[in-house]
Amino acid sequence: MKRTLPAILLTTTLALAAGCDGSGGGGDAAKANAATGPITIWLSNNQEELAWGKAMVESWNSAHSDQTITAQEIPAGKSSEEVIGAAITAGNAPCLIWNTAPAAIPQFQQQGGLVALDDFDGATQYITDRTGDTAEQYKSPDGKFYQLPWKSNPVMIFYNKDIFAKAGLDPEKPALSTYDEFLTAARKIKSSGAAPAAIYPAPTSEFFQSWFDFYPLFAAETDGKQLVADQKAQFNSPEGQKVAGFWKTLYDEGLAPKEAYNGDSFADKKAAMAIVGPWAISVYGDKVKWGAVPVPTSTGKPAEQIKTFSDAKNVAMYSACQNRATAWEVMKFATSQEQDGALLDKTGQMPLRKDLPTAYPDYFSSHADYKQFADQAARTVEVPNVPNSVAIWQAFRDAYSESVIFGKKPVTDSFSGAATKVDQLASGS
Amino acid sequence: MAAATRTRVAATLGRHPVGMILAAPYAVYLAIVFAYPFGFSIWISFHDYFFAAPGAIVDHPFVGLDNYKAVLTDPAVRESFGNIGVFLIINVPLTTALALVLAVALNRVVHARTFLRVAFYVPYVTASVAVVGVWLFLFNSDGLVNTVLGPLAPDPSWLVNEGLAMPVIALFVTWKQLGFFILLYLAALQNVPKELYESASVDGANGWNKFWSVTVPAVRPATALVVILALITGANLFTEPYLLTGGGGPNGASTSPVLLMYQRGLQQGEPDFAAAIGVLLVIGVLIVAWINRRFIEGRD
Repeated sequence: MKRTLPAILLTTTLALAAGCDGSGGGGDAAKANAATGPITIWLSNNQEELAWGKAMVESWNSAHSDQTITAQEIPAGKSSEEVIGAAITAGNAPCLIWNTAPAAIPQFQQQGGLVALDDFDGATQYITDRTGDTAEQYKSPDGKFYQLPWKSNPVMIFYNKDIFAKAGLDPEKPALSTYDEFLTAARKIKSSGAAPAAIYPAPTSEFFQSWFDFYPLFAAETDGKQLVADQKAQFNSPEGQKVAGFWKTLYDEGLAPKEAYNGDSFADKKAAMAIVGPWAISVYGDKVKWGAVPVPTSTGKPAEQIKTFSDAKNVAMYSACQNRATAWEVMKFATSQEQDGALLDKTGQMPLRKDLPTAYPDYFSSHADYKQFADQAARTVEVPNVPNSVAIWQAFRDAYSESVIFGKKPVTDSFSGAATKVDQLASGS
Repeated sequence: MAAATRTRVAATLGRHPVGMILAAPYAVYLAIVFAYPFGFSIWISFHDYFFAAPGAIVDHPFVGLDNYKAVLTDPAVRESFGNIGVFLIINVPLTTALALVLAVALNRVVHARTFLRVAFYVPYVTASVAVVGVWLFLFNSDGLVNTVLGPLAPDPSWLVNEGLAMPVIALFVTWKQLGFFILLYLAALQNVPKELYESASVDGANGWNKFWSVTVPAVRPATALVVILALITGANLFTEPYLLTGGGGPNGASTSPVLLMYQRGLQQGEPDFAAAIGVLLVIGVLIVAWINRRFIEGRD
């Protein structure tokens, strides 16, 4: 008996496990797509976005008493993507989530957690009319839209004017357009003791950290190439090597620290520069006298040609939604010109609309700080929408950490190894 | 007939069926929160599996040992098992030795006994997230430790030094868990007969002799428990490398198998690969625990 009971328990659990493979029969998608009624949505916990979201919901609910929205913040977790992934698996994801990361779309799609927006009449037209050619980057490999491009935070180089002045650099028009200029400025900041670090991107190994060091400069250097194109890694190229070499110099010379900083190094004045999007303007407020310039390139391309990482967040519809017709109408309502204007006004983040500066001329004339970000928003590069997206970014980050940050291997060797792995992952295997 | 039924019941449920009834709620709890997920993870590790929405039509074909082959040939996995080996080699002996010595010392303390016990126990009941902040303050480049060491401070600094990151984590965990293991030893020390110490004194044993020849053998069962618990909790290391070294850095030098399971299983959507790591980890811990038990408990 001593041995029989554990054996029975183990056998039973294995049998139960074998019978529970997480798959089931298909739901009635067509019926759900046509259904209207109350829906639930999740919003980011960013205070400004939350304020916009609540106002948007109130506005919708006042005119649609039979199709009301219940909004809540995305539940707390290590990351929103993990919480959403768990909700998809559990079958209790809401109808819509604002702030869905484009990098997570392939995984959510594979899980069967997303609704193709192309299923709704006029959806493709609506998306392309609103976002223009940029919308193409958000199409999945099957040619469908599983996300509605919502807003971007095109990243630029923020610099602290006081620190620059202390280091003897021009605080109004600093020379930061080429790698050489940038490195010269960084060395001056460090040697003058104006700040402990010239720039302080997170040197940690999370898959998304490359979006805020390597990727914006890679987009600029290559005139807008994504990390992966046509199932092939693009970073193992002369341009990729140049960008890596630039960052490696910063790390090797101690101009960028290799140790993680707990907090915001730019706001805390530990670093003279940061790579951030316009969301940061309201956060830094009066704490830092800041200026912003486009990310550097090896040859110093003109600002109006520089492309950068979009840091976009989108809206997606989840397959657990039963009243999808209402959900689609809410998507359109929340991304209308009026609501996009409200978002811009409340958060300073850039709606993914074509001709943004001309769509809201009053806003940009009264908010000059945001104008350059609106211009930059027209030239952004998204993460590639390919299978195994997160695994690809992790493979790249590991190679980057190993060679660029910690210098354990030559960049060429690490990038070459990572490219082989990425090619395999991008092909879906 | 009745006798035969009674015999069958006794054969199935033992001589005291009421004991089974009393134990049943816990057995059910174990089955739900441990046995079922464990069985499920074994099943996952032999299939091409990813988490899917209810109702999604997805195929999870049987792939035999493919996931295990992928795990065993992945350099990151091998490195993580090596890292945890370094951790255990430092953490388990240090925990056991310090816990025993401090428990013996605390057992003899007359004044401030409660204060000292609480002082050792507080780190154990404090959330890692909270105390990690203190250790970051101590061990970062501009931290207190480097300030005290001055020119002797290591370069690169502790938490970004591939050779020192894991030992610092091992020290952190040792310090944090010590209070619990001291309590185990304190309980064991209450059961050591005083006559043994008196006899040893009569035989001329000094303090060290008494500790080595009386205390250590007398608390051997507790030592076996301490070693196995330290081994199991150590092998499941996650929070400390996640927080203290920014997700297993520098350059993977403090990545643990469980942290890798989290990254691959949840972040990268490969629960089949992660499940295979988990099963191998369980097997590894069972083997090491069994070897420890043979050495420490002996055959008695």
